[in-house]
Amino acid sequence: MSAARQFPSEFVDRLIAGDGQAFNELVDQTSAGIYGLGLRMLGNAQDAEDMLQETFLKAHNALRGFEKRSSLYTWLYRIATNEALMMLRRRKSEFHFDSEPVTQEEAENGEEVVDWCCLPEKEFISEETRSELTRAAVKLSNALRMVFLLRDVRGFSTRETAEILQVNEEVVKTRLVRARVKLRDELSGYFRERLQGQGNNG
Amino acid sequence: MGKRGHCKEHLRQFSDYIDGELAPDICAQLEAHLQECRDCQVVMNTLQKTIDLYQVAEGEETLPEGVRSRLFARLQIAQSTGKKPGE
Repeated sequence: MSAARQFPSEFVDRLIAGDGQAFNELVDQTSAGIYGLGLRMLGNAQDAEDMLQETFLKAHNALRGFEKRSSLYTWLYRIATNEALMMLRRRKSEFHFDSEPVTQEEAENGEEVVDWCCLPEKEFISEETRSELTRAAVKLSNALRMVFLLRDVRGFSTRETAEILQVNEEVVKTRLVRARVKLRDELSGYFRERLQGQGNNG
Repeated sequence: MGKRGHCKEHLRQFSDYIDGELAPDICAQLEAHLQECRDCQVVMNTLQKTIDLYQVAEGEETLPEGVRSRLFARLQIAQSTGKKPGE
């Protein structure tokens, strides 16, 4: 999946010049994706909506200073990801959550060898599977989940993701492998049971 | 429990392979290995399927109308008063 998300140069110029209609178009074209990212990162609709609003308020105020060094799309997502990560940090300090399992994050597993690709298609599109996808993603650390969402779900390239998160490309690649492997392990555990259920049902 | 027979050192390569980012010679070596290692085949296929499932699940997402109208309402207020975020 590739993300062809270059806005025309004249559109970007209108935005920088403060054209309200262009800004509304930008919001309409990008808000669903940013809201979806918020939902996946923050886990609830209210926080995702707050994050969405803050992102566009900040973008609106900062657009005049946009220097076209990066694409407008990655620039906007940088604001959005910063906002989401800030909210998560705030939430953690408010509720005194245990710190993230950094050491666990380092230990990728990849040991579950169950061939669940052969399950019937209806297994993959069920509500239960959808909930399982969410449950598995929530178990990732914030850093891994963000990279996975940007790369595999939003379709940003490694370079773009590095630009958004202000880390180097090697960090993105390493986090992406860990995220993918962890999610695969989680889903393998779930689908193994579905396979066994199938066997029992005949 | 699952078996533990597949080759963990290939995990990074699987990921790069899925992204089409493996150097041609390494790619050929990996494909040869996959031919003879069933456990690695399973891990590779389920890794790809994992990514596919998340992409499909996400593809249907749209912005709820209420969220959109509240967003535009807030942006309009901010635009007309010149408020800065957080104020």
